[in-house]
Amino acid sequence: MLKILVSGDTPRSPILLALLIVILIGLACAPFLFPGVRSVDTAARICIFIVLVASYDLLLGYGGIVSFAHTMFFGLGAYGVALASTHMGRGFDSLLVGTIAGAGLAALLAFMIGLFSLRVRAIFFAMITLAVASAVAVLVSQLSSLTGGEDGLSFKIPRALGPAFKFTDGEILGVKANGKLLKYYLVFLSCFALFLFMLRVVNSPFGRVLQAIRENDFRAEAIGYRVVHYRVAATCLSAAIAALAGALYAVWLRYVGPDTTLSMEIMIDILLMIVIGGMGTMYGAVIGATLFVLAQNYLQNVLSLAGDNVSTWPLLPELLNADRWLLWLGVLFILSVYFFPTGIVGRLREK
Amino acid sequence: MSAAPEHAPTIAQTSLRERFAPYAPGLLVLILIAAGLIAIPATSSWLTLTVSGLAMGMMIFIMASGLTLVFGLMDVINFGHGAFVSVGAFVGVSFLLVLEHMTSAPHLLWNLTALMLAILGAMTATGLMGWAFEKVIVKPVYGHHLKQILVTMGGLIVVEQLIIVLWGPEEIYITRPEALKGAITFAGAALEKYRLVAVGIGLVVFVAMRWTLRRTKIGLIVRAGVENGEMVQALGYNLRMVFIGVFVAGSALAGLGGVLWGLYQEVITAHMGNQTMILVFIVVIIGGLGSVEGCFIGALLVGLMQNYVAFLEPKAALISNIALMVAILMWRPMGMIPVVKAK
Repeated sequence: MLKILVSGDTPRSPILLALLIVILIGLACAPFLFPGVRSVDTAARICIFIVLVASYDLLLGYGGIVSFAHTMFFGLGAYGVALASTHMGRGFDSLLVGTIAGAGLAALLAFMIGLFSLRVRAIFFAMITLAVASAVAVLVSQLSSLTGGEDGLSFKIPRALGPAFKFTDGEILGVKANGKLLKYYLVFLSCFALFLFMLRVVNSPFGRVLQAIRENDFRAEAIGYRVVHYRVAATCLSAAIAALAGALYAVWLRYVGPDTTLSMEIMIDILLMIVIGGMGTMYGAVIGATLFVLAQNYLQNVLSLAGDNVSTWPLLPELLNADRWLLWLGVLFILSVYFFPTGIVGRLREK
Repeated sequence: MSAAPEHAPTIAQTSLRERFAPYAPGLLVLILIAAGLIAIPATSSWLTLTVSGLAMGMMIFIMASGLTLVFGLMDVINFGHGAFVSVGAFVGVSFLLVLEHMTSAPHLLWNLTALMLAILGAMTATGLMGWAFEKVIVKPVYGHHLKQILVTMGGLIVVEQLIIVLWGPEEIYITRPEALKGAITFAGAALEKYRLVAVGIGLVVFVAMRWTLRRTKIGLIVRAGVENGEMVQALGYNLRMVFIGVFVAGSALAGLGGVLWGLYQEVITAHMGNQTMILVFIVVIIGGLGSVEGCFIGALLVGLMQNYVAFLEPKAALISNIALMVAILMWRPMGMIPVVKAK
């Protein structure tokens, strides 16, 4: 039963299995285990980023295609929900319309970009997506009448997902039974379902062909698979799932803005998560996203502590400044590409 | 004995279209300029825009040329190229700030000397950095496109953060040297002096580069290396040394581009390199990876397009360049001047 659920792709390492179970239980029971606004917020972010990073892994780890437009697709989903909720009024129907429109548009855009660049040379794709994504980010901040510009959009989500809504009187295990709890479980269950779906995809014949193309595209073509078709299909699928993750993120925050969805920083975060977690395996996304989001929230404190301790040294305080944590992650990123190209999960699975 | 079969070979005349094809990209620039003349009502503003478009194009060319050569020669795609642009700008501007007594005097010769010193300093710094970057970051991942993209992106992050550590997180505002401020009027159009200087420097770089590639021994080896690297090595040339040389030269050019771009924008930030990379990538793609001439023409097209469209419809400027790229890729999927590769 469990094996069917994970599509036969078992963790294959006791430590990894233990880690995954801890993460799953932690996320499933987050509102009860770690009550508090900030920790539940962190848990929701972890859920959403697991899906986002896993959808990127579908492209990078399984398809061997580097894209820099993943935040654009993420943003399309988020802005879809935000715009639909603003113009159609609050309600589940506008959430649904916004999500479907965002995901559809993301898939269409991915199809067009893929058709143009993947046909020629996979390396074009990286550059073209970088150019298109930056252009879209600039456009979104310029069209302020539609998208709210740099300020972004705040919108209302259905009352049933707000803190004012009570579905039963009293508390469940000491946690208020309000719409916020419902919203967390909406996010968690959607992410869980999307993750299992992706696990299914990568372990299907389609996923195997993608891996074959990643290893040797010339050979795959020679065996009789249309490499371009498979690559474009993977791009569209990954874009649509990224848009769905974006929609969930928008629902969770009740806000979208260029900084939270479209910025280059998020793209770099995704890259870091995938490489640190492990490319070419869906579990890498889980480990990478969890570690990274936790680090993002708590490592900065550690760094600033370290910075205070060496405040008398020259230059070191600046290097250990809490704002410079990206520097250390960049170094970590380069080192992990060199020495652990398979990431944490690959390491754990080795022996 | 039978008579020999009648044999009258004819050499098919190349069609007009085929003979015209090599010149098409260059003509495209002229067509774009003409289209600008038609679309923009006042001739004087057209002239202003054309000059600023050319200036922008030249600066983008300077930044992009190193990238395209490095790709052509060693099949290395450097996503960290933008880091050299930023470092070049910061080093150059630091020089200009130190040499303030030279830049603030309204004396053209002094100003240009200061500018040249700043450029020299920036190019030395980025050249050295390129050497280190190649040794530490690029060398271990030859032949691995995926890893190259990831690792050079990581390098970009680290360098950007180091710039912030060294120069602080705030953007730095700079003024151009005194004699390069303002504009001259020509045929009713105001032409900024600095842009004319940028066009001049760009032309010098292009001509020098073309001359080096076409007329010198080193250029011959580089071009042969682009076509068939193994053969060049079999003939006894150390392609690895040539490659390091090209990488260093490309980085130094990026630094030069950074100084020019910083003075053009009159403000520099650690992220400026990465922002210009958007245009640089468009240029490299539409020019054809590995081709210096294609890169030059592509840069002019992008610069002109950006300026014309920004005048007519400001919000469409960046999108217009994407549209240009799409149109050119539909016409020639490998870029305007595809470089023949044995690989």
